[in-house]
Amino acid sequence: MRTFRRSLILSAGVTALALTIAGCAPAGDTEPSAPSDAAITSDGELTLYAGRDEALIAPLIEKFTEDTGIKVSARYGSSPELNALLLEEGDNSPAQVFLSQDAGALGSLANAGLVSKIPAEFADLIPAGFTSEDHSWIGVTGRARVIAYDSEKLSEDEIPDGVAELTDPKWSDRVGFPPGNASFQSFVTALRVLEGEEDAEAWVEGISKNSPVLTEKNGATLDLVNSGQLDLALINHYYWYEDAAEVGADAMRAQVKFLPGDAGGMVNVTGAAILAGAEGDPDALAFIEYLVSEKAQQFFVENTYEYPLLPGVDAPEGLPELENLVNPKLDLSDLESLEQTQELLAQYGLL
Amino acid sequence: MPQRVDERVADLGVEPIGVEPIPAEPIREPVGRRPPRMLLLLGLVACAIASIPLVYLLVRVGSSGLEDAVTVLGRPRVPLLLFNTVSLAAAVTSTCVLVGVPTAFLLARTRLRLRGMWTVLAALPLAVPSYLAAYGWLAAVPGMQGFWASWLVLTLVSTPYVTLPVMAALRAGTTGLDDVARTLGRRPWHAFWLGTWPQIRPATLAGALLVCLYVLSEFGAVALFRFPVLTTAIQQAYGASFNRNYAAILATVLVLLAMVIVIAEQTARGRARRRFGAVTGVARHRVVNLGYWTAPSMALLSVVPTLAVGLPVAVLFARLFEAETLRALDPVELGQAIFNTLALSIGGAVIAVLLALPIGALAARYRGRLVRVIESLGYLALGLPGIVVGLSLVFFSLSVLPTLYQTGFVLAFAYGVLFMPKAIGAIRSATAQVPTSLEDVSRTLGYGQLQTWWFVTARLARPGIFAGALLVAVTAMKELPATLLLRPTGTDTLAIELWSRTDVSAYGAAAPYAAALILVAAVPAFLLSGAGRGRVDGTAS
Repeated sequence: MRTFRRSLILSAGVTALALTIAGCAPAGDTEPSAPSDAAITSDGELTLYAGRDEALIAPLIEKFTEDTGIKVSARYGSSPELNALLLEEGDNSPAQVFLSQDAGALGSLANAGLVSKIPAEFADLIPAGFTSEDHSWIGVTGRARVIAYDSEKLSEDEIPDGVAELTDPKWSDRVGFPPGNASFQSFVTALRVLEGEEDAEAWVEGISKNSPVLTEKNGATLDLVNSGQLDLALINHYYWYEDAAEVGADAMRAQVKFLPGDAGGMVNVTGAAILAGAEGDPDALAFIEYLVSEKAQQFFVENTYEYPLLPGVDAPEGLPELENLVNPKLDLSDLESLEQTQELLAQYGLL
Repeated sequence: MPQRVDERVADLGVEPIGVEPIPAEPIREPVGRRPPRMLLLLGLVACAIASIPLVYLLVRVGSSGLEDAVTVLGRPRVPLLLFNTVSLAAAVTSTCVLVGVPTAFLLARTRLRLRGMWTVLAALPLAVPSYLAAYGWLAAVPGMQGFWASWLVLTLVSTPYVTLPVMAALRAGTTGLDDVARTLGRRPWHAFWLGTWPQIRPATLAGALLVCLYVLSEFGAVALFRFPVLTTAIQQAYGASFNRNYAAILATVLVLLAMVIVIAEQTARGRARRRFGAVTGVARHRVVNLGYWTAPSMALLSVVPTLAVGLPVAVLFARLFEAETLRALDPVELGQAIFNTLALSIGGAVIAVLLALPIGALAARYRGRLVRVIESLGYLALGLPGIVVGLSLVFFSLSVLPTLYQTGFVLAFAYGVLFMPKAIGAIRSATAQVPTSLEDVSRTLGYGQLQTWWFVTARLARPGIFAGALLVAVTAMKELPATLLLRPTGTDTLAIELWSRTDVSAYGAAAPYAAALILVAAVPAFLLSGAGRGRVDGTAS
């Protein structure tokens, strides 16, 4: 009798489990078929891969749904991981739009032939230099590379105006950066494009001899400066503003210095691409249109402290003008030679 | 097999007078016995499933070509990564054994007040994800970084992997042989070494294997402490280079390392078995009075849980109250995340146990090259970082079962593949303890092989199977990289919610999710500790 009861409990348990697992399924079940039937008419639904933090971008997506009635299934992750995922999914991706924290990821998708063209009516809204030349993706916001420094140990005028000085032995053990981070690698590529291969190599060699503090992420690097463990960090400007928003600007020990005109202060962009399977999808197009609308651009200014790319929308308060930061000699589409940059970094033991 | 007792007593240098004959037959000597074809087939299927990540890696490495592989391995940083990985794994594993075995002894064999509480505390670090523990330490001691920081935190969170199986082995074992040794004039320590250590050695090895493979695949804590190892380089390669082949080559190096460790453990276990035979005998325990060892013992029992659980939780809650911009907690979101976490991890545990059952049964009952290969392959996924297993299942499910892609099933399946090695060990040792004579009786009564297995073997091995499932569930709850890649779009687990909040330095907002994750994972940790049952028989000898 006891045995029977136990078997009963066991089988009930297994059934319950099967049901719970099945219960998890429907959310994903509908996605894979979406791209094929969505090609021409709007189905009022959109699957978005968002390589940005959920807390920062979810409110904008909610507004988009409110304004357009298009339901968005958003998958959040880090841009590089979602990029790896998209490359692995290839043509079978359930995603229609990829919003990337970094232009490099979009470039690699374009190279793999996984994106479709952004129609000129939207692509042309963004000034050249901030978006892809061949319309394979569209620039959404801009971010500048900066030097964050420990304001208790250093004053602003002691901070170099360019990265070249950082190879000086006096900065030995005092500089940190995330060598695996896409924005950092974009900067090194910019250095190669602007200063030539030899000078870029000399810089990489010099900085590697200065025993830099190697980190995983921009945010963690800034934390080191903010806690007094590191003097200088090479990061993107908005990490500082996000931290300041969490703890209050007065509580920030780290301060930032912009580097106008220097390769180390280059402006990189966040962008979005429509994936190949969603070519012509009206919902995807509506989302792209929304991202470069005045409303969304204003949202980025107020919430993520990035530079708006749509002409006529003002930059966040307290930031130097984007025009002053942009290096006219640098074209973002020249930053494709990522592999050479990685080889260079690996050669000097940074990767 | 009485000669085993002879063997053991021969170690003591005397004739086996006064030793009770062992009532239950130990594992049958498998020489000349071939595993049933059905079991072998199931084992091979499970092993094929477990090898999906390996096949994926081979495809990737194959597509990059030998030349690339040589270039990548020739990078100046690779020797450093390899050295760091190996030394960290060795250091954490040995510390876990050094702390875990005495802890298990205190919990199982000494006169201890509040034994249940101490047992639960010893299991509780299992509920803390390594990245969370690392974050807590980092927030409390901002200067922490590098090898020692990683060693400390990984040791803290993985000690239960040794403590729990050793405690179970001590409870199942006997002190009878120690007593024999004592009556023959051996000092207590020597008697323990001769009588008890052989009984707990397989459990210690199994625990050490889990710890070692876990450290090889660990990513979160080492990344936070900026200690460069193979996993951080793999993550980085997937991260910014968009070069999946480089990552695959490094991951293959990691797999080879894991393989060496699995084989070493198998060899060590095999030797132990040949020398000492199975753990059998009258399960009598002599209880040790701690005396003036009480205070140091209490210190040992409290240090790991305090440092592994207490400190990170305290820090997170301090942050929760400090944070200026406290994001409102959405109870519906939290509830949904708890539900998803539970459903997915329980699903993962069921799949892991189903996969591990044939492998564990084969490993417990049979030997031979094929069985060894099956068991080794079953363990390999544990040495791989979650992102590799995640991507391999993206690849696999899209090419084989595209309709299941990004469903809860594939994610639960991934948990099953990732963590089935945790169930193999528990199932193997539990099955090994079921006397084969009972199976023979069942067969002579006319039951078939499968019926015998279900009604006799599985029934008696159930506690071990259940423990394996719990261990998988508690690990799956904390898993992050594979979850990020494979979850259904829009489905959030506690680990995902926690990750998405710590990523923007919103630590305050992360606190409730961290607390929920620890609480949810504490339930299986509590059950695993077996607190409340398995009390020591104080009257023995």
